[in-house]
Amino acid sequence: MSPAILLLLAVGLGVAGWLAARSRAWTFKRQEGAERLAALPTYHGWYVALWIIVPLAVFITIWASTAPYLIDQAVLASPAAAELPSFGFQRDALLNEAKSVATGAAPTVFNPAAEGLIEPFRAAIDQSNLIGFLGTLVVGFLGGTWAFLRLKPDFTARTRVERAVMTALLIASLVAILTTLGIVVSLVFETVRFFGMVSPMDFLFGTHWGPDPMSNPENPDPTRYGAIPLFWGTIYIGAIIAMIVAIPLGLMSAIYLTQYADPRLRAWLKPALEILAGVPTVVYGYFAALTVAPMVRDAAVAIGITSASSESALAAGLVMGVMIIPFVSSMADDSIAAVPQAMRDGSLAMGATTSETIKRVLVPAALPGIVAGIMLAISRAIGETMIVVMAAGAAANLTGNPLEAMTTVTFQIVAMLTGEGSFDHPATLSAFALGFVLFLVTLGLNFVALRVVKRFREAYE
Amino acid sequence: MSDAVNSPDTETGFATRSAAFEARLQKRYAAERRFKLAGLSAILFSIAVLAVLLINMTVNGIGGFQRAEVAVPIAFAEAGITADASTLSQVGAVQRLEAQGLAEFIELSATEALGADGAEQVSANAWREVAAAIISDPALLRSKGQTFWLPTTPDVASAMEGEGDAELFPLVERLEAEGKLDKNFDVGFLQRADATDPQAVGIWGALKGSMLTMIVTLLMAFPIGVMAALYLEEYAPKNRWTDLIEVSINNLAAVPSIIFGLLGLAVFLWIFPNFRSAPLIGGMTLALMTMPVIVISGRNAIKAVPPSIRDGALAVGASPVQVVFHHVLPLALPGILTGTIIGMARALGETAPLLMIGMRAFVATPPDGFTSPATVLPVQIYLWSDEIDRGFVERTSAAIIVLLLFLLVMNGLAIYLRNKFEKKW
Repeated sequence: MSPAILLLLAVGLGVAGWLAARSRAWTFKRQEGAERLAALPTYHGWYVALWIIVPLAVFITIWASTAPYLIDQAVLASPAAAELPSFGFQRDALLNEAKSVATGAAPTVFNPAAEGLIEPFRAAIDQSNLIGFLGTLVVGFLGGTWAFLRLKPDFTARTRVERAVMTALLIASLVAILTTLGIVVSLVFETVRFFGMVSPMDFLFGTHWGPDPMSNPENPDPTRYGAIPLFWGTIYIGAIIAMIVAIPLGLMSAIYLTQYADPRLRAWLKPALEILAGVPTVVYGYFAALTVAPMVRDAAVAIGITSASSESALAAGLVMGVMIIPFVSSMADDSIAAVPQAMRDGSLAMGATTSETIKRVLVPAALPGIVAGIMLAISRAIGETMIVVMAAGAAANLTGNPLEAMTTVTFQIVAMLTGEGSFDHPATLSAFALGFVLFLVTLGLNFVALRVVKRFREAYE
Repeated sequence: MSDAVNSPDTETGFATRSAAFEARLQKRYAAERRFKLAGLSAILFSIAVLAVLLINMTVNGIGGFQRAEVAVPIAFAEAGITADASTLSQVGAVQRLEAQGLAEFIELSATEALGADGAEQVSANAWREVAAAIISDPALLRSKGQTFWLPTTPDVASAMEGEGDAELFPLVERLEAEGKLDKNFDVGFLQRADATDPQAVGIWGALKGSMLTMIVTLLMAFPIGVMAALYLEEYAPKNRWTDLIEVSINNLAAVPSIIFGLLGLAVFLWIFPNFRSAPLIGGMTLALMTMPVIVISGRNAIKAVPPSIRDGALAVGASPVQVVFHHVLPLALPGILTGTIIGMARALGETAPLLMIGMRAFVATPPDGFTSPATVLPVQIYLWSDEIDRGFVERTSAAIIVLLLFLLVMNGLAIYLRNKFEKKW
């Protein structure tokens, strides 16, 4: 019996409890005549329903996560399992095969050795289904009865239900803290393991990157874990090339949209720009690899640079810049709109043209906001993964030539974790260390940017 | 500024309007025009790139919805296959048909129709499609000459484009002249799953994986996001804990998506090691990423509900919970839904975190549940873009078209909701 069916059963029991409790509350109302109920009958219903569903949700979660393990244990304890190979790949294969026949996912077994295991599996699964079903009924019934017996005319059901609702709201908002904590703890934990094998100095200041996932994990070569080329590639693509594209274009787009464009034109241009922000990064990556990169290479060859490779930092950076334009534009838009109208009017009244007003008054006044927007844009660009994975290449080059392949932090995280290496290998763990650095840098950029924006808004209020 | 001042030949009475002044003024106006033009060209450049991208994908992608097929008349009555509706409805019918020589018979029919060199270029798995047709309509077995359009090998497909193996060109020309080889709309592309042969791939497996993942994401992120937004906006006391929650939500909204992938790998896969590549884990990872978006947009929507509504409800005796759930939430819901759809659209296009948790495996059958191995649309695009075979280029673009259509529908829905229900208080 799948957890989904048990959950449906739980909801069914909850509805039954809700109806029973509500009608019970109605009978109070009729019997006692003059006496008022302390809470509306529906709240009595909700009170009982919560007492059924919440314990059941806990029970089913626990049951669903332990039952498969218990089934395996029961089968392994059966006499048929004694003939199994004691460990290894074949043992798992036989068990899985018998299991899929027993659950009806496969018609027959290919390996006759698994034949004998089907019956123990069937028995164990039937037994576990029965226990799950009975357990659901018992837990639901106990919770429901306990709550039902507490119903009285002067029972303050509403207060109690509302207290439960408030608790749920509080727990929901704590999920954000838990997520942040989860990120920090998992990254720190794996990073510490990595630094146990490779020293932080070698990692942060080494200039050669080339981990070998097949090497002996006990004795890693620290000179292969220098992340400087990755940091350089990330900064070069995300913070230099992409920004050379995105800052002027984004800023000028925002200025045109806010200061010059006819409202009707603006109504069309702004959504068009937003579409650019909504295109998935994998599509940009494909576009960069298939269209832009060959174009860049052909252009480079045409001006006489024959060594240009088909995967280049320039192609990835250009496309990333285009992707960031709407982001820079909307941040600049907000900051320019926050400049008081009086400053603009004053400048125009002095006889300045619109462009002079923008260049000498609006942009300088909005500068803190614009700079903060650019910082956020950089933090987004350096965390961008798919474009660089598909277009920037895997070679860790420490070079200033934009036509060469370059690799980034995000690329290496993907490469290390989707490769063949085992989870305990320093090459795999290095991905977490890189992720930690990325997390800290983006966090720092965001923190500073948000503070700047906040102070800047206050300055004009 | 009137035209009279603007035109250079006007001699007004101003003592300051010397020739040098006029020249300076003209220069300033020219600078103004250049600046305006620069702004317009900046935005037109962005839109031009978008247009190039979309046209590029469409032109490539239209070919991806087609495949090269050859016409093979098959007279099943002569095949001597003994099967009827009852045996064909059982499990393993395909294997039974194979055992009775269906594949060989189709090869024979192909040789008759196309010649030995032509039959060689029929895809090795073409008989499976015939078998599927027979299973859905057993009466075919008694037919005397049903024409099937069978997929060719990828070599023929690229030869039709004038690429690849030059030895195939005469064959392709002959068959095309006879009308036996053509590119047809491939309905199966929307029904099949991943494969190694670009002629046999389909998008349905990835699409279904995406849908399952999105269901998990929505079921987790929406309730949690809305509840957190309600708490922070309506009930939270102003203290250090509330500040901490706000700071973490704002930071989570800006954390690179790949970091969420690392979290999913380190935490979710550590708790559920058996569910690698499952939509359940993918959906949970994306839910953590989407939740801050829903919280932030939800808070803005809740903030937009005027305080008079709350005061009115409180004044007639509603409890704080009733005020929020009976009055504030229904009024804020359209705004929350808009934000949710936008967050879901972002999650649908997300690739990097799912690569981390193993949803990049080769999955040849559509997933049948939340816990079976699956891949999603953007990851499928990434995987196909890595393939060397020329046929995959068109298939990738076709998959991108499907993804963009879904995003278009979702964003369109969000805009519609916003316009229909947006209230100015």
